[in-house]
Amino acid sequence: MTVNLSRRGFLKSAAAAGAALYIGANAKGAMAASGSADAMLNHFVKIGADGKAIAMVKHVEFGQGPATGLTTLIAEELGVTMDQITYEFAPSNPEVYNNLFFGPFQGTGGSTAMANSWMQYRTAGAAAREMLINAAAKEWGVDASSLDIVDGMITDGGNSASMGDFVAAAAEMEVPAEPRLRDQSEWKLIGNTQTRRLDSPIKVNGQAYFAMDVQLDNQMVVMVRRTPQKGGVVASFDDSASKEVKGFIMAQALPTGHGVAVYAENTWAAMQAREALKVVWDMSAAETRSSSEIKDEIMAALATEPTYNVNKAERAAVKSNVEAAAQVVERTFYFPLLAHAPMEPLNCTIEQTTEGKIVLHDGAQMPTGPHMAYQQIFELPADMIEVNSLLAGGSFGRRATPDADYQVEAGLAFIMTDRSRPVKLVWDREDDVRGGYYRPAVGHKVRVGLDDNGTIVGWDHQVAGQSIMKGTAFEAMAVIDGIDHSTVEGIADSPYSIPGQALGLTDTEKATSVLWWRSVGHTHTAYVMEVMMDLAAKAAGQDPVGFRLSYLTGEGDAARKAGVLKLAAEKANWGNVPEGRTQGIAVHKSFGSYVAEVVEVSGNNDDGIVIEKVTAAVDCGIAVNPDTVIAQIEGGIGYGIGHAMRDQITLDGGAVEQANFPDYEPLRISDIKAIETHIVASAEAPSGVGEPGTPPSAPALANAIAALPDNPEHVVELPMSENGVYFA
Amino acid sequence: MAISLKLNGKTHQVEAEPGTPLLWVIRDELKLTGTKFGCGIASCGACTVHLNGEPVRSCQTFIEDVADAEITTIEKMEEDKVGAAVQQAWLELDVVQCGYCQSGQIMNAVGLLRENAKPTADEIDEYMYGNACRCATYQRIRAGVKRAAEILEA
Repeated sequence: MTVNLSRRGFLKSAAAAGAALYIGANAKGAMAASGSADAMLNHFVKIGADGKAIAMVKHVEFGQGPATGLTTLIAEELGVTMDQITYEFAPSNPEVYNNLFFGPFQGTGGSTAMANSWMQYRTAGAAAREMLINAAAKEWGVDASSLDIVDGMITDGGNSASMGDFVAAAAEMEVPAEPRLRDQSEWKLIGNTQTRRLDSPIKVNGQAYFAMDVQLDNQMVVMVRRTPQKGGVVASFDDSASKEVKGFIMAQALPTGHGVAVYAENTWAAMQAREALKVVWDMSAAETRSSSEIKDEIMAALATEPTYNVNKAERAAVKSNVEAAAQVVERTFYFPLLAHAPMEPLNCTIEQTTEGKIVLHDGAQMPTGPHMAYQQIFELPADMIEVNSLLAGGSFGRRATPDADYQVEAGLAFIMTDRSRPVKLVWDREDDVRGGYYRPAVGHKVRVGLDDNGTIVGWDHQVAGQSIMKGTAFEAMAVIDGIDHSTVEGIADSPYSIPGQALGLTDTEKATSVLWWRSVGHTHTAYVMEVMMDLAAKAAGQDPVGFRLSYLTGEGDAARKAGVLKLAAEKANWGNVPEGRTQGIAVHKSFGSYVAEVVEVSGNNDDGIVIEKVTAAVDCGIAVNPDTVIAQIEGGIGYGIGHAMRDQITLDGGAVEQANFPDYEPLRISDIKAIETHIVASAEAPSGVGEPGTPPSAPALANAIAALPDNPEHVVELPMSENGVYFA
Repeated sequence: MAISLKLNGKTHQVEAEPGTPLLWVIRDELKLTGTKFGCGIASCGACTVHLNGEPVRSCQTFIEDVADAEITTIEKMEEDKVGAAVQQAWLELDVVQCGYCQSGQIMNAVGLLRENAKPTADEIDEYMYGNACRCATYQRIRAGVKRAAEILEA
């Protein structure tokens, strides 16, 4: 994996490598190429003669805020207000618009959009500013160092002109390799709490254009009847009843055998015709296991020695320390499969241009995935394929599969036609809930030994579950010595300094496809770590905050984690709750950020438990758009708590039992009465915010519920509502 | 069957089979894509439109039942006093994240404020319960409805 974070060089190499795929994108001669007033000053900054700047956003916008965030970085360095700039989604180009943490691969994930773009976009904005200033200095015969761009005007105090006046001249200049970045003292936009989302206006008036909204002339809508059990293939099908549906065009088995594609004139006709289709499946190689068997396998793995010893601690020594301890706290946890269920069901539209290019319209989380897959399917070079990135209605990981599942499905449906009509593939909610790619089912067994003073003397931890990365294109990069880090992240790299910690891992069979799900391994590891810390504190007779702080005594990582823990406790008025309420706390580091959350509940298990308030503290380095950070923490809390309360995907004989929202019930507005988020001031480079709000939310809720007078037990199997907890 | 549909103040002649959900006529025939498809079974509210001024789920409203009704979609809310106030509140508070459910949230919130000019938090929660937001923007939806009530009161 190549990570080029150095400022020197990236613009030059990007300019050199990227020109091939992006017409008019090379800095020199952009004007000549486009012939219009708009000019690309570099790959990330376009400026019109009217002075309006445009940021090229390389990450998908599905609510987490890169359209506003990356544009903020350009605007800050360039010297324009947020009203003087807009954004466009960059085309698919893994050389120019790659995620700098992913190598030559364009994609959004791991809460890296801001973190990987931070220097890149600031440098690009600063480079554009210097080019414009140099052009003005030349014309005015003044020293460039006397000029700046302020609110879109190039000025030296005396001369003043719109940026637009110098776009043509600037576009002829070399892109400076190391432009001066504005000092933090000059910042007007980075960290500004008043910045509003640039995509809000179109999202409140119906004009926002999601992939699902694509309506190309003469398009067909395709829906696929898929095998109900993984591994099943089409033996035969009968579409005679489908033919009775007005608007039905044809039905064809996909070459993969996993389903039958039903083509129709519109979405409703496709739904009706698919409903009428009769398919006989060959289930001889299909998955037949049920959830109980998956769980049994995981529990059996936890009862035997693990395959992998993750942190190289001497297991035998740790185990004997735990055995010899004055007190032992032991729990076994189980986490079910979970679907992502973004609001916008999966879909994409594919067409062929008159020049023979294949164009994919997609809310693509990883444009490089389908871009590469289509080269194989259509036997075309990369420059004959375009990915038109559109807004995505949520994802939580689902729109990024290593095998580009739904885009490949659309490609196969399209290649079986004469390609004269665009094909729009639409999944409905049932397809989404039953369509695989779940958060893996995982089990943990932990034994914590405490001495007479309540100090941890040993922590014996075993994890068993389905590896996300093994068997995928990401295995070589993500699996080291057989260990899929994404199964143990949040334990193996915890900032807690726990003495004598052994961590074992066993992979179990995949009865269905599994995938990263908002915060990946942290979805379960944070739960286990923070419930066990709570139990250990209780056994030690110590306050849960003070107990945790005693294992967070170092500098750096530990200090930042301690910082959010203290801030959340202070803001939540920890330990001083109103009568009838209890609090639970959890703190976790993920994706470079530190989040602590205090959940406050009321009620009891007979009348129902109410989540009254969640108080969060986040340290994500510099908060570029503080209100976006707050929104992401709010959303991350809701996502974590909603699933912990009620959700699971279960299999019966290999087939998914849930179908739609009533049996995969989303968090509702009444579930959490209030959320309050506090940001720790920081001078560190920005880290993630899309995911880190999720991990501490469920364990903080479990700890709060366990503190209620009639609920002495911490919930160790999720969802809570299926394991003894009654929510009002 | 041929149907005359009164939508956003205009009459449209559309051809649709009985049993066709209003949602798909709005989206696929009239190409007004602000109204969203989320679940198809009235469990998420993303498809909410107004039928004679009242919020309904267009995925479970059938074309043969709406021939005489006035249908209004998100695209028309800017011209509606309550709709404009809700949109303004949504912008002030940056309620949206992915935004896919927000047309439905706004259409439902307008319905609430027409019935109840000053709803309490509990009343908002009760009325908005059926509108799912997977980004969990609920905190801001609740605040947005309250802010819209203030705007309308001023």
